[in-house]
Amino acid sequence: MASIQMDDLHKVYAGGVKAVTGISLDIADGEMIVLVGPSGCGKSTLLRMVAGLETISGGTLRIGDRVVNNLEPAERDIAMVFQNYALYPHMTVFNNLAYGLKNRKMPKDAIDRRVREAAKMLEIGDYLDRKPRNLSGGQRQRVAMGRALVREPSAFLFDEPLSNLDAKLRVQMRVEIRQLQKRLKTTSLYVTHDQLEALTMADRLVVMNAGRVEQVGTPMEVFDRPATVFVAGFIGSPAMNMIDAAYLRETGSADDLDGLPHGTDLIGVRPDDLLMTPPDGPHLRLAGRVALLEPAGAESHIYVALDDGDQPITVRVQGLPMVEDGARVNLYAALAALHPFDRVSGVRVT
Amino acid sequence: MQTKRTTFSNAWLPYALLAPQVIVTLVFFIWPASQALWQSLFRQGDAFGIRPPSFVGLENFAALFRDSHYIDSLQVTLVFSVGTTVLAMSVSLLFAVMVNRMIRSRDTYTTFLVWPYAIAPAIAGVLWWFIFNPSIGILPYVLEGVGYDWNHRSSNTDAMILVILAAAWKQISYNFLFFLAGLQSIPQSLIEAAAIDGASRSKRFWTIILPLLSPVTFFLLVVNIVYAMFDTFGVIHATTEGGPAQATNILVYKVYRDGFVNLNMGSSAAQSVILMAIVIVLTVIQFRYIERRVNY
Repeated sequence: MASIQMDDLHKVYAGGVKAVTGISLDIADGEMIVLVGPSGCGKSTLLRMVAGLETISGGTLRIGDRVVNNLEPAERDIAMVFQNYALYPHMTVFNNLAYGLKNRKMPKDAIDRRVREAAKMLEIGDYLDRKPRNLSGGQRQRVAMGRALVREPSAFLFDEPLSNLDAKLRVQMRVEIRQLQKRLKTTSLYVTHDQLEALTMADRLVVMNAGRVEQVGTPMEVFDRPATVFVAGFIGSPAMNMIDAAYLRETGSADDLDGLPHGTDLIGVRPDDLLMTPPDGPHLRLAGRVALLEPAGAESHIYVALDDGDQPITVRVQGLPMVEDGARVNLYAALAALHPFDRVSGVRVT
Repeated sequence: MQTKRTTFSNAWLPYALLAPQVIVTLVFFIWPASQALWQSLFRQGDAFGIRPPSFVGLENFAALFRDSHYIDSLQVTLVFSVGTTVLAMSVSLLFAVMVNRMIRSRDTYTTFLVWPYAIAPAIAGVLWWFIFNPSIGILPYVLEGVGYDWNHRSSNTDAMILVILAAAWKQISYNFLFFLAGLQSIPQSLIEAAAIDGASRSKRFWTIILPLLSPVTFFLLVVNIVYAMFDTFGVIHATTEGGPAQATNILVYKVYRDGFVNLNMGSSAAQSVILMAIVIVLTVIQFRYIERRVNY
């Protein structure tokens, strides 16, 4: 059990590529932090810096009360679950789990007890004698988890551990990992590019882009008040619609755009917040034509081409859409549901 | 594996395309091999044609196993093959591990380490002959400085060391390439996982890297033994010529000596038949293994 403190961490690769530029983050003991961002945003690099698999070019990293910048991975008392699981293919499941304990010279009966405990917790007790190649993807994932938790480290590091699983199994393992983490109360750092995984698993999530932190907050904070246009576009699916404020003023469709903070020139509106009937209170109105209907089971997505607009916007409705393909529609959004941004800086206007 | 079937419009064309390979195999492999098989059953006639070759059945083979020289040669071959294989494999593994750690200079080192493979065995033998020459060589001179009197013309041990060195040196390049490829096919994340699991560098090598290299290692083991037993004629011929006093007279060299120098064709043929049997066994082992190469 330990907290993790990152103070102005930098990573510059030989050749000058800057992967991580000035990240500071305090992770409390027992907290589950999810690093989320698109490919190449530096989230995996940051995780590997914490693990000790990448050197730290600048800044200070503390795990517990120790500065670990120059410690070997083994000395940092962390465990990591890799994207491809990285199970030792020539060892049985038992030996995969026991390897780290053997290296720490733990007595044999203690190893046996811990491995069986962990295997029971993850329901892989029946496979202890098998080699990894004889396991399914989900079982391998569990073994990888087991290898991490059998060591009882002060922190878990997860590097996109679910991305090799099929969709159904991914949801199942997501729930299990979260339950396990809550039960063990082990500080965890979890990297993913899947915004849904991030929202559902995190105590706090860290949205990263181009080596920097865009926003840190609880899932609902980040979802309800995205700090930048990037976060607004990345978190939430379908993505938030971005409408130019100038377009709204020209078409005169806003009841009272002046109600928005000064300096707003880009307006974000979530697909859920676009309504087919006008709400009470101040709202804006958009007119367009249905470009495509996309039924998706419990909900449907309607793509609408706005009159004189340059990009289609997405509307999410419950159940089946009540409109025809190609029909004219009016859309409404309460002003309170809008996200005001500054186009140039990309920052939320308050 | 499913391969695409091609249909030829002319029925003879596929045979014509196969012919060169088949002819080469027949003329240079099957014919001499069957000749050797046949000859191994005869006693040589005299040079004047007065006494024709006579059929002796397996007598040539029986005579070989009664001959202490032949048993000695078997032993020499064993020492030589094991020595060459162990030396060539361990040194090349060491080089491969070291080069695999390099990042930018890896290709340069690889190129240099592969060069010896391009040198003909006889040339390699001559190079070593010069280096170890008791009167003009550099190494005996250096060894004399530390109090060792090197002479592979009189010392059996020195001679054996020389031929093992010369033979292994040539094979290191080949082994090196395979080991390097093997090392590079081990996922980096396995090494990283082991590092996080608290395994030291040497522990990682013995418990993760070496077991994962075992398919490559076994393949090379067979190839190296075959090389040491059959492909080292040039090296021996250029350095010790089997001497001193048969100390480096390995089986394949003895075939040549008995057949072409001493003109005992029957015995020589019988010896090459035995060699053929050994190489067949080794090849079978190798193919059997390659079929299920992945042992984990």
